Amino acid sequence: MFQASEIKRIIETEIPGATAVVLDEANDGEHFVAEVVSPTFAGKGLVQQHQQVYKALGSLVGNAIHALALKTYTPEQWAKAGRS
Amino acid sequence: MGKDRVEQIVKSNDVVLFMKGNKFFPQCGFSARAVGILQQSGAKFETVDVLADPDIRQGVKDYSAWPTIPQLYIRGEFVGGSDIMMELFESGELKKKLSGE
Repeated sequence: MFQASEIKRIIETEIPGATAVVLDEANDGEHFVAEVVSPTFAGKGLVQQHQQVYKALGSLVGNAIHALALKTYTPEQWAKAGRS
Repeated sequence: MGKDRVEQIVKSNDVVLFMKGNKFFPQCGFSARAVGILQQSGAKFETVDVLADPDIRQGVKDYSAWPTIPQLYIRGEFVGGSDIMMELFESGELKKKLSGE
């Protein structure tokens, strides 16, 4: 079991300048959806961007966190998506 | 051990999806979604059932430093999990990668 707020805290601590919106959609403490915005994603491919988030969460994903549906944005993409 | 076998599979198949279950009986929602995306793309692809082989299940995670299943590889390149596959499918990028553009 895990907490969305804890995932948010870890991502924002580990990734410089990151902001994370994390939801426990199924409300089961295992399946989460996260949107992460960070300047460190700029110029990176989707795989590298997601790997940064997985690296921040270490061994949690695939264990305490059964599934994490991820969407990553640079600050510009986030603003363009009208989400800022 | 697992990593080497993963490398061998990745290198000997143009399009291979490491998943839970198989095309006809996916055993997890994310794996089912990945199969659906590939089928909708009209792609010919192989699958590897990681549930049937714990060595491969761990090996594929180490091979691409990616902690979850499913994982798609096209011509030896790690493309992503079901999230990235969906984004690439919607942007038309996946079809390009599949046809080798």
